[in-house]
Amino acid sequence: MSQTAMQNRRTTADTGFDVELREVFKFYGSEPAVRGIDLNIRKGEFFSILGPSGCGKTTTLRMIAGFESPSAGDLLIQGVGMNQTPPYRRPVNTVFQSYALFNHLTVAENVAFGLRLKKRSRREIEERVAESLKLVKMEKFSNRLPAQLSGGQQQRVALARALVNRPAVLLLDEPLGALDLKLRKEMQVELASLHRELGLTFVMVTHDQEEALSLSDRIGVMNQGKLEQVDTPDCIYEQPLTPFVADFIGDTNLFNGKIEGYHPNMLWVTTDRGLKMAVRPCDRGNAPTSGRVTVCVRPEKIGFSETQPTNSQVNWYEGRLRNVMYLGTHVHCQVQLQSGDYMTVRLPNNPAGIPAMDSLVYVYWPYQDCLALTSDLA
Amino acid sequence: MTPSKSSKFPFTWQAGFTALMFGFMYLPIVVLAVFSFNESPYSAGWKGFTWKWYEKFFSDSRILSALADSLTIAFLAVAIAAVIGTLMAVGLSRYRFPGKSLYQGVAFLPLIIPDISIAVATLVFLASIAIPLSGGLIQLSLGTVVAAHVVFCISYIALVVSTRLGNINPNLEEAALDLGATPVQAFVKVLLPELAPAIISGCLLAFVLSMDDFLISSFTAGGGTNTLPMEIFSRIRTGVKPDINALSVVLILASGLIFGAAEYIRYRSEQKRMSKP
Repeated sequence: MSQTAMQNRRTTADTGFDVELREVFKFYGSEPAVRGIDLNIRKGEFFSILGPSGCGKTTTLRMIAGFESPSAGDLLIQGVGMNQTPPYRRPVNTVFQSYALFNHLTVAENVAFGLRLKKRSRREIEERVAESLKLVKMEKFSNRLPAQLSGGQQQRVALARALVNRPAVLLLDEPLGALDLKLRKEMQVELASLHRELGLTFVMVTHDQEEALSLSDRIGVMNQGKLEQVDTPDCIYEQPLTPFVADFIGDTNLFNGKIEGYHPNMLWVTTDRGLKMAVRPCDRGNAPTSGRVTVCVRPEKIGFSETQPTNSQVNWYEGRLRNVMYLGTHVHCQVQLQSGDYMTVRLPNNPAGIPAMDSLVYVYWPYQDCLALTSDLA
Repeated sequence: MTPSKSSKFPFTWQAGFTALMFGFMYLPIVVLAVFSFNESPYSAGWKGFTWKWYEKFFSDSRILSALADSLTIAFLAVAIAAVIGTLMAVGLSRYRFPGKSLYQGVAFLPLIIPDISIAVATLVFLASIAIPLSGGLIQLSLGTVVAAHVVFCISYIALVVSTRLGNINPNLEEAALDLGATPVQAFVKVLLPELAPAIISGCLLAFVLSMDDFLISSFTAGGGTNTLPMEIFSRIRTGVKPDINALSVVLILASGLIFGAAEYIRYRSEQKRMSKP
C-alpha cells in the first residue's frame, strides 16, 4: 500500500510506526482531556481518530502537531521523541478545520509559505507550489486571495499548503467539517485518492463515523479521553469491543442484561426487562462469561416476519410495529416488543413488504449476529 | 406596517427634534466657519468674504512652529504607543497569567481617567520625583509631553487592536508554526499583517487625540514647547481673532479627515473578512 511512501522518506530508527503515543495524558488544570492513550500509527496508514465532541480527539491531534504538550507519557514521530519539540521542528503538517489560510497572501503565497521559511531556491519553490496546486486542482487560482474562494476551494488550498512541505505525517483536523454534504462526499473521494497517490501517513480527526469508515485503514474510537478500540473499519463495525463503540458507530439495538449461563461459544443472557437471548460471546479481549453485559444487535441483521418463526436456532420475539421511517434506499421499522423494549429493524425499501401499523410482527436473529459487550475492559 | 411605509422617514415632530439636536451640536462650528471668512476683524457683524485670515495664519511663524511641535509630539507618541500598545494587546489576548484581569483593567484605565488627573499626576511625578532623581537630566520639554501622550495613546491603540484580535482565527498563528515559522516569524509574517488595519486605525485615532490635547501638554511642556492647542488658548485670552477661527476650521477638517480614514480602513478590513464564505 505504501511503497512510494517508503521510498520517499528518510528512514530513521525503523519501528515501522510514524506516530507512537505511549501512555499519553493531557490535563487542563485538574481536568483530564486525554487519559492514557497507547497508539501506534503505521507508516503510510490512513488513521482516523473518531469520537463525539469533547472526547479528547482534537487534543490528541494537537499533541501530535505540537500545539499542546503531553502532561505525561511519550510521543514519538518516526521513532524520535517529540515531547519537547516545538511545532516548527516537527515533520508534520496540519490541515485545520477552519483552513486558517493567511488572508493577506495569495493562494500561491500561502502554499509557498513553508518552503520560503525553509529558504528553498525560488525555482524549487515555484515548481513545488505549482505541482502541489495541481495535485488539488487549484492551479488556476494561484493569484486569488483566500477571500475570493469558496469553502471547498479554501480546503484544497489548505491541503496543498500542508502537502507541499512533504511532511512525514499529514494531520487533518475535521478537514471536511465545514463543507456541505455533496462537497464533503467529493472531497472524501479526493482525500482517499491523494492518500493512495502520495502514500503519506494521514491522521484524521473526525466525528463523522461514515467518513471514518469509508476513508480509513484503521480507526481509533475515543470516548472520555480514552481509546476504546483501535481496529479496521469492518472490525469496528462488526466486532465492537464496548457498548460505546457499538452505539457510536452505526445504528444499534442495545439491551442491558445479565449472563445466566454459558457454553464455550454461546451465552445465555436475560435482559433487565426479561427477554431471554442466546448471544455470541465477544471473541476478542477478555470476553465476559458472567455478570452484567450489554447485548448489541445491528438493525440490518434482524429478520422480520408476520408469522411466528419456526427455526429454534434463532432469538425471536413478538412485538407490534409502531413506526416506519422512510430513508430512501431502505426503511427503518420501530417495533415495540412485549417486554416494552423498542427495536429498530432495517428493511429493504419495498413498500409491499411492510405490514400495517400496530399489527403483530415477529423479529428474529441468529445468536451469531448479536454480541455481548461489557464496558469495563480493565 | 408595510416595509415601504416604515422605510420612509416620517416628517413629524421627530424630524424637527433631530434638526434641533444637530443644530445644538454643530451650530457653533458653523458660526465659527462662517466668521473665519469674515472681512471684519471683530465677530460682531458680517463685512464681506475673505481668505485673508487663512493666509495670515499660514504665514504666522508662531503658529507654524506650534504646529511643528504638535506634529512632532503626535508622531513620536503614536509611533511609540503603536509598538507597545500592539504588543500589550497581543500579550493580553494570547497568554494566560495570574492577575491578568487586573492588568487588563489597568491597561485601559487611561481611557476613563480624566485628562486633568493624568496631567496633574504627570506634572507632580515629574517635578517631585523624575527631575530631582535624574539630577536634572529629565527636564520639562517636548520629551516629557511625548511621554505623557504615550500613556493615553497606548490605551487607545491597544483597545482597537484587541477588538480585532478577538475576531482573528486563533489557528492562523498555529498554522504558521506548523509550516515551520518560529513564534517571532509567525508574529511578523502572519499576525502583524492581519492586525495592520487595526493598528493603523488605532494610530490615526490616537494621532487625532494627541493633536487635540491641551491639558496634558500644557502641564508637562516646559518653556520651550508650545503645541497648537496651547498657542490657540494663549491667543484667545486676548480676544478671539478671526485667524484663530480659520485655524480652528482647518483643525476640524483635518481631524475629521483622519478620523474618517481610520474608520474607512477599519470598515474595509471588516468587509474583506466578511466577504469570506
